[in-house]
Amino acid sequence: MDALTGHLGEFGHGLVTTVHMTVVTTIGALLLGVIVATLRICPVPLLRGVGTVYVEVLQNLPLLALLVLFVFALPTIGITFPLFTSAAIVISAYEGAYLAEAIRAGINTVGVGQAEAARAIGLTFSQSLRYVILPQGLRAVIQPMGTICIALLMNTSLAAAVGVVELTQAANNVNLVEAQPIAVFTGAGLAYMLLALLISRITGALERRFAIVR
Amino acid sequence: MVSVRGLQKWFGPLHVLKDVDLTVAAGEVVVVIGPSGSGKSTLCRCLNRLEVAGAGTIEIDGEPLPAEGRKLARLRADVGMVFQSFNLFGHRTVLDNVTLGPVRVRRVPKAEAREQALALLDRVGIADKADHYPAQLSGGQQQRAAIARALAMRPKVLLFDEPTSALDPEMVNEVLDVMVSLAAEGMTMIVVTHEMGFARRAADRVVFMDDGRIVESGTPDEFFAAPRTDRARDFLSKILQH
Repeated sequence: MDALTGHLGEFGHGLVTTVHMTVVTTIGALLLGVIVATLRICPVPLLRGVGTVYVEVLQNLPLLALLVLFVFALPTIGITFPLFTSAAIVISAYEGAYLAEAIRAGINTVGVGQAEAARAIGLTFSQSLRYVILPQGLRAVIQPMGTICIALLMNTSLAAAVGVVELTQAANNVNLVEAQPIAVFTGAGLAYMLLALLISRITGALERRFAIVR
Repeated sequence: MVSVRGLQKWFGPLHVLKDVDLTVAAGEVVVVIGPSGSGKSTLCRCLNRLEVAGAGTIEIDGEPLPAEGRKLARLRADVGMVFQSFNLFGHRTVLDNVTLGPVRVRRVPKAEAREQALALLDRVGIADKADHYPAQLSGGQQQRAAIARALAMRPKVLLFDEPTSALDPEMVNEVLDVMVSLAAEGMTMIVVTHEMGFARRAADRVVFMDDGRIVESGTPDEFFAAPRTDRARDFLSKILQH
C-alpha cells in the first residue's frame, strides 16, 4: 500500500495526463469519425474513395506501430510536435477510423425515406446530413461509440511507448523505485476501471437523454 | 405549371415509363390511377427528381428540372411531396418537422416559422399535437403533419404518392378531407392514389396509366362513366364492383 500512497504525486500527474489525453483524443476522434463517415456515404466517388482508404489504412495498422512511425519518422522530414501532441494526433486518427465505421453503421439505420423527405423539402445534401440523417444515425450508435471511447482510454497507455508519462508510464516509474508490481499496477488498473465506468455511465445517460420516441 | 415530354425510365432492364407526356396547368388537380407496377409512383417521383429520368424533359413552372446540386434543392423547395409512409423526421417534434424547411431553406426567422407552422397544423386539425413526436401520432395524424410540412414551403405544386395507402381505413377520410380542401383552394396537385372517391370529388382530370404508359386521360365524369379504352374499363370493373 505504501507503494501507492507514497507516490500520489506521480500517480496524480499520470492520471491527469491520461484524462487530458482521453478527452482531447475523444473530441478529435469524434470529429474525424463524423467527417470520414460522411465521406464514405457522400455522392462524390472520389471523396468516398478517400474515406475508404482512410479507414482501411488506419484500421489495419497496429496503433503502436503508427505511434512509433509518427514520432520517429516525421522528424526525419523536419516535422516535430511535442510528444503529447503527437500521441494525441495519432490516437485521434486511429480511433477516428473505428468511430467512422460505427457512425456509418448508424447512418445506415436511418430509413431511406428520411433522406428523401429531407431532399423533398429542399435541403441540400449537407443540410440533410446535419439536420436529419446524422442526428438520428448518431443516436442509434451511442452505445458502440461509448465502447470505442473506452478502448480509446485504454489505448492512451500506448503513448507511454513514445515517452508520454501518462498513468501506465507513471505506474511503471513508481514500480522501478518500489519493485511492487502487484500493488502498483492494481492501483493503476483500478483507476482505469473507474474512468471506464464513468464513460459508460455518461454513455448510458446520453442514450436515455437522446432516445428517439418510437 | 408542370410539363412532361417523352419521359422514359428504366430500372435495369425493366422499362417502367414509356414515352410519358403530361401537362398540368396551374391550379389543376390531376389524379393518376392505374394498377400496381403501372409506373404511376415512378412518374410522381421523377417530377422532383427523387428518381432520375432516363430520357425526356420535365419542366416545372417553365424551368427545366436541374441536375443534382443547389439548383435542384431550390426547385424541390417549390415542389412539395407527400409520401405513402409519411417520412416525418423521427427525432423532431411535429412542429420542428414543419419549421425545418422554412427556417433552413427559406431562411424564415424562427418565431415567424413557428407561427406559420402552428397555423398550418391548426388547419390540418392537429395543432394540439405540435409538441408530440411523430411516433406518438396515429397514421392519419402523421400524414396530416406531413402535408403541413409540405405546405410550409409554400410550394407551387404538391405531389402526393399514394398518401392514404398506408393508413387504416378509418383514417383515410381525415387525410382526404385535407386534400379536398387544398384542391378547392386552387393548389396545383398531382395525386397518385387508389381512392376513386377522391378522384370523383376533387380531380379536374383523371390520368389512367398501365404498363408505363398513359393510356387514357379525361375529366372524372367522362372517365368513370364511359372509359374509352378496354384496359381502363377492365380496371374500373375490377375495383368498382364492390
